Amino acid sequence: MLGYIIKRLLQLIPVFIVVSMIIFSIIHLVPGDPIDSMMQIGSTPEQRAELTARYGLDKPLPVQYGIWLAKMLRGDLGEAIILRQPVTALIAQNLPHSLLLGVLALAFSTIVGIVAGALAAVFKDSWIDRSVMTLILLGSTVPSFWLGLLLILLFAVQLGWFPVSGARTWSALVLPVLAIGLGGIALVARVTRVAMLDIARRDFVMMLHAKGLSRWRIQFGHILRHALLPVVTILSLRIGWILGGAVTIEYVFARPGLGSLLITSLNQRDYPVVQGCLLMLAIAVMLGTLIGDLVQAAMDPRVRDSST
Amino acid sequence: MALLSLDNVSVTIGRLHPLDGISFDLDRKEILGIVGESGSGKSLTALSVMGLLPLIGGKVTKGAIVFDGIDLVSLPETDYRRLRGKRIALISQNPMTSLDPIIRIGAQIDQVSQLHLGLSAVAAQARSIELMQQLRIPDAATIHGNYPHQLSGGMKQRMVIAMALAADPDLIIADEPTTALDVTIQAQIIQIMVDLVRERGLALMLITHDMGVVAQACDRVVVLYAGRVAEQAGVADIFATPKHPYTRELIRCIPRHGQAPGSLKGIPGTVPSVMDYPSGCRFHPRCAHAQAICGTEVPLLEQKTSGRAACHLTEVLAHG
Amino acid sequence: MTTLASTEFASSTLGKVLLSPRGGLSALCLAIVIICAVFAPLVSPYQYDIQNLPLANREPSWAHWMGTDEFGRDLLSRIIHGARTSLTVAVVAIGISVAIGMSLGAAAGYFGGLFDRLVTAAVDLSWSFPEILIALILIAIVGPGLGSTMIAIGIAYLAQFTRLTRAQVMALKNETYIEATKNLGAGHFHIIFRHLLPNALPPVIVAGMLATGNAIILEATLGFFGLGAQPPTPSWGGMMSSGTAQIFIAPWIIIFPGLAIAITVIAINLFGDAIIEALDIRNRLRDA
Repeated sequence: MLGYIIKRLLQLIPVFIVVSMIIFSIIHLVPGDPIDSMMQIGSTPEQRAELTARYGLDKPLPVQYGIWLAKMLRGDLGEAIILRQPVTALIAQNLPHSLLLGVLALAFSTIVGIVAGALAAVFKDSWIDRSVMTLILLGSTVPSFWLGLLLILLFAVQLGWFPVSGARTWSALVLPVLAIGLGGIALVARVTRVAMLDIARRDFVMMLHAKGLSRWRIQFGHILRHALLPVVTILSLRIGWILGGAVTIEYVFARPGLGSLLITSLNQRDYPVVQGCLLMLAIAVMLGTLIGDLVQAAMDPRVRDSST
Repeated sequence: MALLSLDNVSVTIGRLHPLDGISFDLDRKEILGIVGESGSGKSLTALSVMGLLPLIGGKVTKGAIVFDGIDLVSLPETDYRRLRGKRIALISQNPMTSLDPIIRIGAQIDQVSQLHLGLSAVAAQARSIELMQQLRIPDAATIHGNYPHQLSGGMKQRMVIAMALAADPDLIIADEPTTALDVTIQAQIIQIMVDLVRERGLALMLITHDMGVVAQACDRVVVLYAGRVAEQAGVADIFATPKHPYTRELIRCIPRHGQAPGSLKGIPGTVPSVMDYPSGCRFHPRCAHAQAICGTEVPLLEQKTSGRAACHLTEVLAHG
Repeated sequence: MTTLASTEFASSTLGKVLLSPRGGLSALCLAIVIICAVFAPLVSPYQYDIQNLPLANREPSWAHWMGTDEFGRDLLSRIIHGARTSLTVAVVAIGISVAIGMSLGAAAGYFGGLFDRLVTAAVDLSWSFPEILIALILIAIVGPGLGSTMIAIGIAYLAQFTRLTRAQVMALKNETYIEATKNLGAGHFHIIFRHLLPNALPPVIVAGMLATGNAIILEATLGFFGLGAQPPTPSWGGMMSSGTAQIFIAPWIIIFPGLAIAITVIAINLFGDAIIEALDIRNRLRDA
């Protein structure tokens, strides 16, 4: 297992390099001189020269990338132009909020999705199955930010049960988690349902019946356990979608977080912050995928044996 | 009284009628071969005894299946569950796919004795390892902790056999237990099962398409063709004086020593599809001796001196 | 005569789709949305950009079926024009995606080798990143606006079509008839465009349809962030974005555009599903 972890970590290095290159190049692909986009209107030529030197913009691109990467690995992501703070500090303030929201949304959609998908599979073609299928359709078609707004309208504005926005109390997490969760639930429930129906047709399930196990024990002790494998696969592939949902929903609920920071900075063209946020989100996606792979290896002995 | 008795059993799956009037008996300490080409209804016979037809959308629509005085056709599912794995065990066709791939082999065997004999986890494990040793599995304690994909096919099939034996059943149904295995392993596995039945006094229903296996292992044989019993007889009689033309063809097809490679013959034609069974004797389109009557009248399984065959021409053929 | 014609229609793919309850209903919804988009100036009761501040934030009434926004503009008219924006962006973006994705996927699957490995690696890389993140990176580069939204969405969905086309081409290229055509001396170009791509087309078209639904959501999300179509161009996402400020007094500004998105996307999904059933290509879509 340790060998497997190390191998998967090593595989992430080239991915990280490519992603960091793309994010690094943002500032250079923006039309116009990058330094113009960094400067406040009315800056003096001296300030311009100082900024150019500070960001090493007078050096060749590969060297600039090397400097940027080296600084980044030491935790220096530059300074925000509008907010006039180190980007690292901004990220440190916002990351915990995003992390909390992302993890809660992931847990919520995984648990509810698995339960819903399993019930739909066990009671195939019943009203339970049909309601879950409707939920899946809605979850994959209703835009999450609109759902968030509807939840605010109903539960915050009309009923006043939860705060409209912000992140000061725990109750402020309920609506955002629900809004992100519906899409995740749809994804997890669909995979769980299809996998359980597929696995129920395998030979070994017939043998489980032949051993005299009850239908419930076979469905939940064996078939569901198998169905969790593709669920973990899809979650590790799509963990980014949950995080992407968090980006959107943070903005809707005006919660502090990487998503809000990213959108605000994009609108203000504060590129060092944009780069920092995208980098953190990319790292989160990669780590999420890695964790998903490890969970999968822990659950399936065949994966462990074939890839170490 | 026989341990297991099927009387005129018919099975329906949707609008299809794949089994039609199957009857045979099986006693304790007896090995009964169920023989036929694929599609003849052998596996369905096994499923109807196990009560697992609903899993594939089928049910017994006619006839009686009686096991040790219990009417299985009307048995409620909860009571059936106490029979399955406990008194009637199944050894399935393909050991590669019939074990749960993500659960340790040992745990899958332990599960049976824990469920049916109420053993603790520790006692169940000890029992499983002992069983494995009886099946001549080397280093049983280690293998107990292995996953299915770490074992060879022959070893997996021994595990399935151990699983079948775990709760001391009275009847074992083995559905083509060796088809998926290497030829060298096949005879070994069959021998293991024959020894078990002899030592423990079990009843074994051995489903196979291989007359060679029948000759090696069985006491009596039921030959199925297209969902009906074509012939049943003692194993010595069936090889000495096969009465049904289909049985003769099956015996003719056994590969023999010294046979030139490539001269192996199959039976001409194919097993008819369950969607489209021929009228009369279902074998008549492939039968070399078929007469007019064979296409119109269903032959009855008649009692003869040394066995029974469902053929209009038994008398003619016996003398010709 | 009519019976024969109607039986023929019922057994055709389109007939199967339209005659199934879901397919028929979703086709009707889609037709309405498309008519609104194409004939927006004719269909809408008011001009979308006429401001009428005394009538700001009016709730739905006979004069304004969906109410008015903070500038007193008729919401229904803006939603109808918004359909035009949304559909145009989504269709153009997915068009870009399908065209480039199919070319990349076909070339990668057909020629194999280093090119295939590079394409596959790029596809795998972007596969784990959500479309919204990819689109945001691209918007960061190109800047906000309608055109860049199209490009961003188009590239965000590129991986999907490249992957799908590649899988189809890989499955087809070793078929006997392709080998035979090759032995007859057909060039690579001929084989790819005359034999491989036409066969790979049905699943790609259906996937493209379903992706158009997702692209509408993505466009609305970007619009909601203020990164999509810039005012005064009406877009569903942009309308909701400005509506958030009125959430306490005029919730309909948020409800109706969202409803328009939801209905359109659900209709696209159900219609796509009906086509998948009618063409029986679920497996080909899942393989990729």
